Amino acid sequence: MTATARPTAARLVATRGPRRRWLGSYFWLLIGALYLPISILFVFSINANTTLAFPLKGFTLDWYEQLFDTPALLRAVRNSLGVAVWSSLAATALGAMVAILLSRFDFRGKGALTGLAIMPLIVPYVVLGVALLVLFKAAGVPLSLVTVGIAHVIVALPYTTLIVLARLVGFDAQLEEAAMDLGASYPTTLRLVVLPIAAPALLSAWVTAFTVSFDEFALALFLAGRDPTFPVYLYGQLRFATTLPVLIATAVLLMLSTLTLILVTERIRRR
Amino acid sequence: MDGDVGRGQGLSVILARRAGAPQGARPADPRRRTFWALALPPALGLTLFLVAPLLFMAALSFRTDLSGTLLAPFAPTLKHYAQLAATTPFLRSLGLSALTALGVAATATALAYPLAYYLAFRAGRRAAFYLVLLLVPFWTSYLLRVMAWKLMLGGEGVVNSLLMSAGIVEEPIAALLYNRAAVIVTLVYVWIPFAALPILAALGRVDVRLHEAAADLYATPFQQFRRVTLPLSLPGVIAAFLMVFIPTVGEYVTPLLVGGTSGTMYGNIIQDFFTRAANWPYGSALAMVMLVGTLGLVAVGLRLVNPRRLLER
Repeated sequence: MTATARPTAARLVATRGPRRRWLGSYFWLLIGALYLPISILFVFSINANTTLAFPLKGFTLDWYEQLFDTPALLRAVRNSLGVAVWSSLAATALGAMVAILLSRFDFRGKGALTGLAIMPLIVPYVVLGVALLVLFKAAGVPLSLVTVGIAHVIVALPYTTLIVLARLVGFDAQLEEAAMDLGASYPTTLRLVVLPIAAPALLSAWVTAFTVSFDEFALALFLAGRDPTFPVYLYGQLRFATTLPVLIATAVLLMLSTLTLILVTERIRRR
Repeated sequence: MDGDVGRGQGLSVILARRAGAPQGARPADPRRRTFWALALPPALGLTLFLVAPLLFMAALSFRTDLSGTLLAPFAPTLKHYAQLAATTPFLRSLGLSALTALGVAATATALAYPLAYYLAFRAGRRAAFYLVLLLVPFWTSYLLRVMAWKLMLGGEGVVNSLLMSAGIVEEPIAALLYNRAAVIVTLVYVWIPFAALPILAALGRVDVRLHEAAADLYATPFQQFRRVTLPLSLPGVIAAFLMVFIPTVGEYVTPLLVGGTSGTMYGNIIQDFFTRAANWPYGSALAMVMLVGTLGLVAVGLRLVNPRRLLER
């Protein structure tokens, strides 16, 4: 080990014995506890009964079939997808702008911009939800998927900003200065130097914003009009015990798709 | 496009910046037009949809009632705040919510610490994979995870039916669901993976040579942890606590699903005044109290931990 290289934690740890095993068992025990409720959902979605009473009576894929025959449910899923796609794109674009401003410019009001971009992390959702409700009512804006999307852009902005910012502060601005010395205009420099540098972070930012929006419920409950997103629809249907398995089946499918999206983009980003 | 920016000009700007030239002497930054193109959209968006709604809600909380349009001028009154101060159940609910959030944040942080420690120091090469394993539940829909607890604890749920089929109880235990304990268990469960992240970030930056040094100086493993590792990871611990506390204190969804009447939180009261009770000015006053309280707490938290230190490598 040289004096300059900071050794990674794993290489150096020499402690073995009971303490190490104790920590490992704790880790796996907690992982098990975290996965238990999720696996229960999965079992419920293929359970041949509308209640999850043990011993189970048998398994079925009927619920998965039925969900494709429920137009209102499919519509809610489509709504959620639309809101998530658009709001995450907007949040990523705005977050990248803020990140470039904070990492590459000095200007008055920098502190204020930082504070505002991070603030949605601090304002409780219920407060932001009712505040936006009041605003839209006052401005005569009817509640719709657009109003939900606007709220989702705001709450996703801190995440996208921080993710892109972490990447940009890790890179020396001299690259951009070099590009400009070689005659590139600043917009060109942004396009050809900064954006490629930020690309992996932009991808993570987009996925994060997408997942934030896709299962967001607390804001959507206040701001969705007649046309619900999937979580709002799910909540509205909870009263009816008989439709619950279909809803859970849908939710399991969506959960698996989201996970696939996250893992695939993570793979792409690592390359 | 700023096509007019020539080579020399770009260089002179950089030289001026390097030399720390005074503001007045610096030639116009060629990036000025781009600056505004970058600054206007986020500034406008945040002003319109974050600042304006909060200010509007603040104004509404000083309004007597909702007569006339929402934009009509009004004589400000403090009656909603006075009414809130005199309504003991609401104040108690506020205190209980803060206590619940405190308990949830402390428990989730304490349970998450060994997880992060294991990932940082013991998991070895597989740490990245184990981290994904820990985060998968966090990426799972929030509503769904709360639902899962409802399925676990409900009258016809997993726990009850297992207890009954094992012959331990005759009748389903109703007390498992729809109370504050169910809310706390569910929230702790939901937040554990999230709480592990800032702690892991702090532990990842601990120089392991300090462990060696401590061991060389005959520190027992426990002393080494208490005197070296723990103090160094404290910023991460505080960050984790705050990152769980803030969303939990404003929580209204989980109590709605698993809380029943005895598990309601302050957020549910706010929600009620904007939906069923439809008394928006009073609801705004309630929301303002929560907003100011949360912001104050974060201000204290930021004094304790410099968030920038967690971002650095």
